[in-house]
Amino acid sequence: MAQRDPIYGIMAEFDSATALVEAARKTYAAGYKKIDAYSPFPIEGLAEEIGMDHDEVPLVVLIGGIIGGVSGYVMQYWMSAVDYPMNIGGKPYHSWPAFIVITFEMTILFAGISAVFGMLALNGLPMPYHPVFNVPRFSSASKDRFFLIVFSADKKYDPAGTRKFFEALAPRSISEVPS
Amino acid sequence: MNDQYKSAAMERAPVIEPGHTFGTVTEKISAIVLTRPASNGWFIGFGLMFMLTMMMLFAIGYLFLKGVGIWGVTIPIGWGFAIVNFVWWIGIGHAGTLISAILLLLRQSWRNSINRFAEAMTLFAVACAGIFPAIHVGRPWLVYWFFPIPNTMQVWPQFRSPLMWDVFAVSTYATISALFWFIGLIPDLATLRDRTDNPALKIVYGMLSFGWRGSARHWRRYETAYLLLAGLATPLVLSVHTVVSFDFAVGIVPGWHTTIFPPYFVAGAIYSGFAMVLMLAIPIRKIYGLEDFITERHLQNSAKVMLATGLIVAYGYAVEAFMGWYGGDRYDAFTLWNRLHGPYAIPYWSLLICNIFIPQVLWIRRIRTSPVALFFVSGVILVGMWLERFVIVVISLSRDFLTSSWGMYYPTRWDWMTYVGTIGMFLMLMFLFLRVLPAISIFEMRTLLPEAEVKE
Repeated sequence: MAQRDPIYGIMAEFDSATALVEAARKTYAAGYKKIDAYSPFPIEGLAEEIGMDHDEVPLVVLIGGIIGGVSGYVMQYWMSAVDYPMNIGGKPYHSWPAFIVITFEMTILFAGISAVFGMLALNGLPMPYHPVFNVPRFSSASKDRFFLIVFSADKKYDPAGTRKFFEALAPRSISEVPS
Repeated sequence: MNDQYKSAAMERAPVIEPGHTFGTVTEKISAIVLTRPASNGWFIGFGLMFMLTMMMLFAIGYLFLKGVGIWGVTIPIGWGFAIVNFVWWIGIGHAGTLISAILLLLRQSWRNSINRFAEAMTLFAVACAGIFPAIHVGRPWLVYWFFPIPNTMQVWPQFRSPLMWDVFAVSTYATISALFWFIGLIPDLATLRDRTDNPALKIVYGMLSFGWRGSARHWRRYETAYLLLAGLATPLVLSVHTVVSFDFAVGIVPGWHTTIFPPYFVAGAIYSGFAMVLMLAIPIRKIYGLEDFITERHLQNSAKVMLATGLIVAYGYAVEAFMGWYGGDRYDAFTLWNRLHGPYAIPYWSLLICNIFIPQVLWIRRIRTSPVALFFVSGVILVGMWLERFVIVVISLSRDFLTSSWGMYYPTRWDWMTYVGTIGMFLMLMFLFLRVLPAISIFEMRTLLPEAEVKE
């Protein structure tokens, strides 16, 4: 196992969403690429500021929906027309109009399940432990404070230089994140 | 004229009372769960509802022992209370999804303060609804035949039947509602994890929140997933009551075989659902001091939705009556006469009074802004919507094509115990929910505050 850096990153705390967005933009522009921002509610456009250019959730949902719809229809076709065909009121074995409702419901079911579990998987959740929780002040990230972190894995990261850079952004506090 | 508009706009109650910050919103909502001790009132209410739930389990236990003969169902009325209550509960659930999904897509931000408990209401109502089809089948230990699971007879379910469609619609609805509710809770569970001082609770909420840390990348995927789920839940919720109405409309029984059923069932579902939302919201906001978050605006808007959907329902009744008279089918014409003058005329006239006449008071602004009046009107609507399902199920079955097969339906004490018991179970789950989870979505409330805006 490779030796882990004892420092996970350096974190700055801000008072408002506006300050966080501005700081994130400046940090990314200064050449820090491995960074992340934390806020108590979704802020539109913040992910783009820190270099997240695409989101795979819609594709996952589309694939889930297609699998659900196709499997729903094929299941009904196979059960009613192939595996055990039964004549019910003279209706055709393959009564496609009657199969639409369940096909629709299965599409929604699979797409919805893919949306939730796809989102969680892409986010790497569940992850009950994470180094950022080592910072005591981070508990207000779920209340009223905004945080920005530069990971020590970033090429430009250097303990003193990055701290100095953060100080110029006038944050409320700066903390080192032990890993 | 211009001034008139201005003053009307200024009079409009805010979604959140002014003066709140991220901190106060968080503290106020999470305090209900974390610090506020459970009052005697809570214990008494919970205890009573718990007893009603036990009564329901007793009634169901006796049913399993004796069979459906203990109920009032007979031939020709084989559907009775079980289906009436099933449709009623499913309908109530619909308002939760409407509030959380459709109003989200329509950018109605006032929904943020009521969507959480409305979604909880949906889940609990669907849970109550789900009991009935399972216990009225006669041999409940074979209820898994509903699902396409291989069994020893090697026969598959009958997919051409609306009853099968219903199984898929309702189970999909239950699953999607639970997922929607749960992903909405994740960020708030993280808030509770960070706010509590109790180490055991910290672990419980920490695990339930999946270690949510509010990363910007996570939020972006979260928002996408939430929006897509809302987009999926919107056609789903409309389909569920449509499929429930197919259970009737695809049959040939007079009074059931009409094309107006799907839209008016959906409108009726939302009508009764909003009535239940108000019946829950009005006491909750009072008791837990949430008037700042569930304001007059929410009450007014809900009342307006009830008024609109109530008028659609009234239109549905009118079309039914008109087609009975104009359609030229003597059995349909008789069904109309039978509703108005037959042995079940009292439920039918009560239904018209509860669902059409009394709710017209909602046109009056003073009624829409008065919590007490709204509470009572909502109660009347819930009774009316239950009567509607009773009228549809029982009257049509009691007198169909052949006079020799006519009959009457009288519910027994076991029918009533089961029905009242599900109301108890619903409210018991609501009592528990209020104490262990945030009843208002905290993170969505934060986004409504002026300080959440990013100034460039």
